[in-house]
Amino acid sequence: MITLERVRVRAEADARTAGCYLNPDKEFLNNLLEGLKANEERYGYPSCPCRLATGKFELDRDIICPCDYRDPDVAQYGACYCALFVRKDVFEGKKPVEPVPERRPIDKQNRAYGATAEISAQKPSEKTAIQVAKERSQIQLKMWYCKQCGYVCFREEPPYICPVCKAKRELFAEIVMQTEPKTS
Amino acid sequence: MVTSKLETVKVSGANKKHKVLLYALSTCAWCKLTKKYLNENKVEYEYIDVDLCSEKDRETIRNDIVKRGSEPSYPIVIIDNKLVITGFRKDKLREALSL
Repeated sequence: MITLERVRVRAEADARTAGCYLNPDKEFLNNLLEGLKANEERYGYPSCPCRLATGKFELDRDIICPCDYRDPDVAQYGACYCALFVRKDVFEGKKPVEPVPERRPIDKQNRAYGATAEISAQKPSEKTAIQVAKERSQIQLKMWYCKQCGYVCFREEPPYICPVCKAKRELFAEIVMQTEPKTS
Repeated sequence: MVTSKLETVKVSGANKKHKVLLYALSTCAWCKLTKKYLNENKVEYEYIDVDLCSEKDRETIRNDIVKRGSEPSYPIVIIDNKLVITGFRKDKLREALSL
């Protein structure tokens, strides 16, 4: 069962790992944790409480907490989009929490509306060694590696910041695999 | 009009000076702050929790938001069918609603 306490403990651990803090406003924080809990209950994963989700895992992957946009937002604005995670100076009350502009690209935001159905299913390319499972076909996943530390991930886009060595997105490159033509 | 087709929740209040429509998410903390602020100031308003809407209504709402030149980022407060305030901006709300 998903308890509020479990959601809180996980958020605390996520903050520690990233070197940031949870929102110091107790009531505000509680509302966010309740929102995360509600999303986990209805979708099966804790998508951002302040963003509209589709309920389809692959389409919401970038907004599952901690979202892809957290680290650059905390660094630039002092808080992530929903303000669950904040920077040290904000946590200490030296700077107020203010609304953070949406960094998520508009085409991804649009997935949560009627337009979702119109996203054309991209067929898995035969050139890629790993075939994308059919139910995931709306999103084309790719392999990326960090040129600085070698971290490899399989997702739509590379992360903004490498979770291992903290290198920026620009240091990621796509791994293109080619299959040899079958000889019969 | 777009809003007449959608099922909104009406919150009555003593301050009826403006027609206030709020697009919100039921899980969003900033949306909760906006509702709380309007409630505290006894502003009469209507709201829709977009995440609880049907796919069709979501699209209607998104079209309405885009038509008004805004992005679908919540909360969105629409005052007198004209002014659009995106995000919980207390100072802007105070000014627009003359609180």
